[in-house]
Amino acid sequence: MLEVTGIKEIIKPENLAYSRTEVLIDNTLSYCPGCGHGTAHRILAEVIDEEGLQSQTIGVSPVGCSVLLYNYIDVDIQQAAHGRAPAVATAIKRLLPDKFVFTYQGDGDLAAIGTAETIHACNRGENILIIFVNNGIYGMTGGQMAPTTLPGMKSTTSPLGRDVKTMGNPLKMTDIVATLPGTCYVTRQSVHTPANVRKTKKAIRKAVQYQKLDKGTCFIEIVSNCPSGWRMTPTQSNKWMEENMFPYYPLGDMKVPEE
Amino acid sequence: MAKIKGSIVVNVEKCKGCEVCMVSCPTGTIAMAKEVNGKGYYYAYPANPEMCIGCASCAMVCPDGVITVYKTKI
Amino acid sequence: MEKELRLMKGNEAVAEAAIRAGVDGYFGYPITPQSEILEYLMEANPAETTGMVVLQAESEVAAINMVYGGAGCGKKVMTSSSSPGISLKQEGISYIAGAELPCLIVNVVRGGPGLGTIQPAQSDYFQSVKGGGHGDYHLIVLAPASVQEMADFVDLGFELAFKYRNPVLILSDGAIGQMMEKVYLSPQKERLKVFADWATTGKPDTRERNIITSLDLDPDGQEIFNHKLQEKYNVIRENEVRLEEFQTEDAEYLFVAYGTSARVCQKSVQLARAQGIKVGLLRPITLFPFPSKRINELSGQVKGILSVEMSAGQMIEDVLLAVNGKIPVRHFGRLGGIVTTPEEVVENLKSNIIGG
Repeated sequence: MLEVTGIKEIIKPENLAYSRTEVLIDNTLSYCPGCGHGTAHRILAEVIDEEGLQSQTIGVSPVGCSVLLYNYIDVDIQQAAHGRAPAVATAIKRLLPDKFVFTYQGDGDLAAIGTAETIHACNRGENILIIFVNNGIYGMTGGQMAPTTLPGMKSTTSPLGRDVKTMGNPLKMTDIVATLPGTCYVTRQSVHTPANVRKTKKAIRKAVQYQKLDKGTCFIEIVSNCPSGWRMTPTQSNKWMEENMFPYYPLGDMKVPEE
Repeated sequence: MAKIKGSIVVNVEKCKGCEVCMVSCPTGTIAMAKEVNGKGYYYAYPANPEMCIGCASCAMVCPDGVITVYKTKI
Repeated sequence: MEKELRLMKGNEAVAEAAIRAGVDGYFGYPITPQSEILEYLMEANPAETTGMVVLQAESEVAAINMVYGGAGCGKKVMTSSSSPGISLKQEGISYIAGAELPCLIVNVVRGGPGLGTIQPAQSDYFQSVKGGGHGDYHLIVLAPASVQEMADFVDLGFELAFKYRNPVLILSDGAIGQMMEKVYLSPQKERLKVFADWATTGKPDTRERNIITSLDLDPDGQEIFNHKLQEKYNVIRENEVRLEEFQTEDAEYLFVAYGTSARVCQKSVQLARAQGIKVGLLRPITLFPFPSKRINELSGQVKGILSVEMSAGQMIEDVLLAVNGKIPVRHFGRLGGIVTTPEEVVENLKSNIIGG
């Protein structure tokens, strides 16, 4: 492996402060440079590793950029039809109730074609974790408008900017599912700074605990960037996300179970 | 008081040159190389290694998990 | 062990058979004329006895995707619906076939197209046998003609599904679903305790992770996979044809009919023979694999074939292919949900095949 390193004397096994988890498979991710998916995958894999869940986990990957999640996280995974991951996960969890079951979906998958499955899984309070990566655009198919695209935001199918009059307003799925009694933990996070990465990891860890306690559906939205779809550099996109996405999709816990 | 000094190892060929690590580094350790790797990305590297405090902010935000961090008390 | 004798509706028989077959999960949605399957299971509450999961999904789409999830875990899972609902399931069925998962789907056919009618029909033959969903795949299709077969085909369906890692469809119709007949029910089987090595059950150290997917972006890989599927279907064609013949030994004419139409034609054979017409009936039990070989043989013996189906003529195309031009083949069937009478069939045989 070709590497560049800092001060060589410090590089000793006893000084190891951080290395990637083995649950993250050593494949090159197919995501664009700077895409939040990679970070989200990594911390999900870390939590699975740290909680000792690798042999207990069954994940469901979507249609979208993260369809190939099954090549990156070393757990049993089912790839679901577009939008249907919560239905697939429902059956897995009901048939194998002692496993840790999660779905990992993008905004098109969860909030467009999959709206019914999302709402009904949450309404039934299925004991699963839904991870919702929201970057306000359809990445894999080339940058079309998504249900979460902001008003005025340009995309290949809203070239003049999203016009709420003809295209509707962005859907705040997290707010919607928070109103359902079936959800127990609903939160919005991001993964673009170290502090936010830590918070998101904590959220995933909480969701693991709540699932063990049969508390209902956990729903973690990760507001993320799409440098390619937004036609920006990665660092520009993170800044744009802070200035534009966060006011519309504010970070924080929306619903936490009573202790 | 003991000082913490760190040292990062970057997997050059896996780095996609996204610069998010550079932006997150609190001490200005990281810069992007002036040459590209096999995929054509300007990869990240510890340009000022003596500034590194091993906080692992870079590794935390790296979407591709290409950074390993070591630290020790001096 | 003893079989239990009951008087039941076709739909109820499917449900009771599912419980006794040790099915792990049923995911359904109400639609006439098959809602009794879901209702019976909810009433019976097998969660208390066998641990079977019964879930009313939010749509037929959700239900088939729940089946996908359960099947991916190596479990015995099934769904049921009627024509418009089966249309909704097509994407999910294609995924199940593409991921090579075992499952059972029951279609209690009603008249179409569109919302159609709630009366029985046989107009989903193309959808069931020729495709339905996208891509080069086939379902194994079983066509019951009695309440007994509705019950028996649940066990048979799962046996074939797991043998070939393929979805199996029970193609019934509204008449069989609703009629009441005697049925002998099998004793309770145990639910599966050991699961296939390809299933997602949580990855232990002793194996690689299992991935359930139908995606392969590498065209060479995808071609190899598609050939593998086709090979599988060839093996199924060779080994799994099931059919029933009625008075074909000396037949000069032949009815080919399945399901409710076969019941009608059985009477038509008797009526025609009373008039001196030597006609027999070939009833395909598997519509895929189609009994092409036997029909081809019989086309060397009889002078003409009448394909009797409650549709505008769908199975007739497979009969024509099997006969390969040797003798005339015609279709007869009422549409719009009307069940033809045995007398009508005989009249049509006389005018269309014998006269024509």
